Amino acid sequence: MKILVCISHVPDTTSKIKFSDNALDTNGMSFVIGPYDDYALARAVELKESHKATVTAINVGKSDTEPTIRKALAIGADDAIRVDAEPIDAFFVATQIAEIAKSENYDLILMGREASDYNGGQVHGMVAEMLDMQAIVPCMTLDIDGNTATMTREIEGGKEIITCDLPFVAGCQEPIAEWKIPNMRGIMMARKKPLKVVEAVQPEVLIETKSYELPPARSNCKMFTSDDMASLVRALKEEAKVI
Amino acid sequence: MSVLVYIEADNGTIKGSSIEAAFYASQAAKGQAVTAVVTDKLEDSAIGELGKYGVQKVLKVSDERLAEKPVAPIATAIAAGVAESGANLVIMARSSLTDAVAPRLGIKIKAAVASNVVALPSQEGGEFVVKRSIFTGKAFVDVALKGDKKVITIKKNSVSPQATDSASVDIASLDVNFGDKDFSITLKDVKKQEGDILLPEADLVVSAGRGLKGPENWSMIEDLAKTLGAATACSKPVSDMDWRPHHEHVGQTGIKVSPSLYIAVGISGAIQHLAGVSSSKTIVVINKDEEAPFFKNADYGIVGDAFDVVPKLTEALKNA
Repeated sequence: MKILVCISHVPDTTSKIKFSDNALDTNGMSFVIGPYDDYALARAVELKESHKATVTAINVGKSDTEPTIRKALAIGADDAIRVDAEPIDAFFVATQIAEIAKSENYDLILMGREASDYNGGQVHGMVAEMLDMQAIVPCMTLDIDGNTATMTREIEGGKEIITCDLPFVAGCQEPIAEWKIPNMRGIMMARKKPLKVVEAVQPEVLIETKSYELPPARSNCKMFTSDDMASLVRALKEEAKVI
Repeated sequence: MSVLVYIEADNGTIKGSSIEAAFYASQAAKGQAVTAVVTDKLEDSAIGELGKYGVQKVLKVSDERLAEKPVAPIATAIAAGVAESGANLVIMARSSLTDAVAPRLGIKIKAAVASNVVALPSQEGGEFVVKRSIFTGKAFVDVALKGDKKVITIKKNSVSPQATDSASVDIASLDVNFGDKDFSITLKDVKKQEGDILLPEADLVVSAGRGLKGPENWSMIEDLAKTLGAATACSKPVSDMDWRPHHEHVGQTGIKVSPSLYIAVGISGAIQHLAGVSSSKTIVVINKDEEAPFFKNADYGIVGDAFDVVPKLTEALKNA
């Protein structure tokens, strides 16, 4: 079984977000594998052990993403592909992934439900549509028996259990697997694993970024005592007008 | 711009978020045609409601198989609606269904797709610009969508729908040629809590964290939520420990909410939790630790023990 895991390279979730010159200010920021993609990778590595799968990690990014890709290799991916381009938008990234997947016949294409930076949540659906496959999002459990997968998909107020034949795309989230931390042996091996750099195809880009802004800060928090809940209720009614 | 809006229903009623989407569509249309596509079972009398929010025509797709809300066929159905109506812009309220449908539809109709949109578009100078929430609520970006076709999904509370009196809606049925593989997912089982207010739809949310000490103490949270007519939510540690189901987990890796009121009980306010709730209109924090970071991101606060404060708040709401 061949698994492709798509990895985004995003600021650590504890990062303070700021912008300068109409771009993300990455000064002092550390970058990680997208937290949702990390779940997808962890499940893929588990399947590698239980289903004799090979796992390829793919990232669309310039050379600064290579430490993140090496981390995916250290966690357990067998090899990796970097498409050498800025990940302009979801359509651009999906086009690159679909282009590679067309010739490689992966049984499973896994990624996170969304990248934690731009929160598009579109790459899985776009790749699936381009390849005429199903996309299961958000996928909370994934088990494979023969050619059929059983999955749990989160829906509003609950979940549904579904089955789908391979190949397909899944956008993963917890608790599909526990995040894996690379061990020393993994880190050493990752240095020698193949990381192929390929050129990007150039689709027509339909989205242009104009400007960024930060949300307004909340004004000072108004405090109440537990013996004066009537005042809080009045404030919610008359001042905030939310109840 | 001619606009198409996808309307979702639950148990025979149009979802509140879809009413928002209909109103958003009519505002974005600026006087041009607004068509809706409905794939859920809805009586014509219920569909008529859409007229009050500016929808002129409804295309109904009737197929028993769509009751399970399968993603791929619904994307195909909406694409058929786009072809039938000639719409340039498709609006959908975010849900677990439309999050999955939008990117597929974008590829089908060759559209620019923007998700997580928080306000009406600006259409000055022939440029179509929308504001998206990014970095899990920590920032916004304005993006221009190019090309003839556009698909956007909107976040809750992007607009405040206002009903008008005019309510005539033309209802027609739409035939759809589904793809060979559209129905290749088999639904085995659905586990859903019936009767609860759905968290992503809720306008009021009561959320609790580790400060509650154990799942057995949730009844006071449920009482408060019930009194308010709110949905219940929780922090990540609480869902990780299985005190509450995962679909209640709000935060960076859980559900992002943008209700009018978010009450956080016994949640310290880690940056990953704040990320999921920061676009709430009003935030109330109840925590016994006056240093809890959540107070810096709240509008109203009470320093005190949840076991003391919450019942008193519930009581005050009942008396108000």
